[in-house]
Amino acid sequence: MRLFGLFAVLVTGALLLYGVKDFPHYGAADSPANGGIVPRYYLENTMKDARVPNAVTTTLADYRGYDTMFETSVVFTAGVAIFAILRVFGGDRNRHHPDSLRIRGDQFRIIVGTTSRLLIAPIQLFALYVLAHGHHSPGGGFQGGVIIGASFLLLSVARNLGESLTRLPEQRFFTLGATGVLIYAGIGLLCLLLGHHFLDYRALQHVLPGVSPEMARSHGILGVEIGVAITVSSIMFAIYANLSTRGELKKGL
Amino acid sequence: MHFLNEHIIPFFNYWIYVIIMMLGLHAMIVKRNLIKKLIGMSIFSTAIILFYVSIGVNNGGDIQGGKPGETHGNIPVIEHELAQEASHDPSTIDHRRYANPLPHVLMLTAIVVGVATLGVGLAVTLRIYRDYDSIEEDEILAKIAAAPARQTDD
Repeated sequence: MRLFGLFAVLVTGALLLYGVKDFPHYGAADSPANGGIVPRYYLENTMKDARVPNAVTTTLADYRGYDTMFETSVVFTAGVAIFAILRVFGGDRNRHHPDSLRIRGDQFRIIVGTTSRLLIAPIQLFALYVLAHGHHSPGGGFQGGVIIGASFLLLSVARNLGESLTRLPEQRFFTLGATGVLIYAGIGLLCLLLGHHFLDYRALQHVLPGVSPEMARSHGILGVEIGVAITVSSIMFAIYANLSTRGELKKGL
Repeated sequence: MHFLNEHIIPFFNYWIYVIIMMLGLHAMIVKRNLIKKLIGMSIFSTAIILFYVSIGVNNGGDIQGGKPGETHGNIPVIEHELAQEASHDPSTIDHRRYANPLPHVLMLTAIVVGVATLGVGLAVTLRIYRDYDSIEEDEILAKIAAAPARQTDD
């Protein structure tokens, strides 16, 4: 099995390396990927259509908004799946809890606790910046949401899981996760009800006062990014909490 | 030496992705430990992500006055000076000066799916460990073979 596996890997790698010589050079402007009409349209019209300089954000949330909507659903579904697979209620009495997970060195606890307490607020503020600044620089809903989730992870690693569960209780994991997807789909549905296509944010000019169609698209992108961030942050913490405690949500890190 | 100059140095990035991918594939096929298999899957998807993002890089080609460093070939963000003008006239933007946004978007998607898949995979592994007290493939198979009528609806 070992030899067969190695053989299969080497054959695959050799075939791929044989194909590499037909690939375009690094950064070639005339490569098939860069020469296409679609990325050209995205780059040239991102300012005209939505007033968003970051073409990735426009593509992600506007031109290819369906993709991202179901992407958010995938994250939510993964959270639900992990809950369904792992979560046990009441605890398994037959199994003893190993206390070896406890980090040794209690004398450092005050340093770790104080540092994390100082850090968590700036981390969450930075997450909001990344989320809101996705129009102009790398960032957006997924990145901002992951950073918010990371701040909860830091709290549970530095203190303990119960501490973060008092801030974000388990009952809210899936409420928040579903809320994010609902915000995304709801904005799309609102566009539909206002007489445009699904997720055509230009329709939002009828509900936002004094906004041009282009700015309405920009605000629509921000709205769905907020939905994505809510889902991603709560589900990331849900995944961590379930995995680190084998689904019992107590006695974890 | 000729082979090195002709086939490896110009395609150095692709060689690296293929080697990373082979590492991941090897771990997925050969390793018996389920966690190691998942790590292999993660390495594999990292190779694909690097490959896609590097495809989007654009050095501008024969753009007019094409001095190196004048293009923004690594980022797909319109500069501030150009942005106002471009919102009225899209033709002021030369798309060859920017990276292709599409691979970035696709890989953002792939990263998120990768994290979700990895989480579900780890959850399944934990569940297997809970039921069989092992994450070694052959030990689990031996336990399944030893107790074929095992009750699984607990």
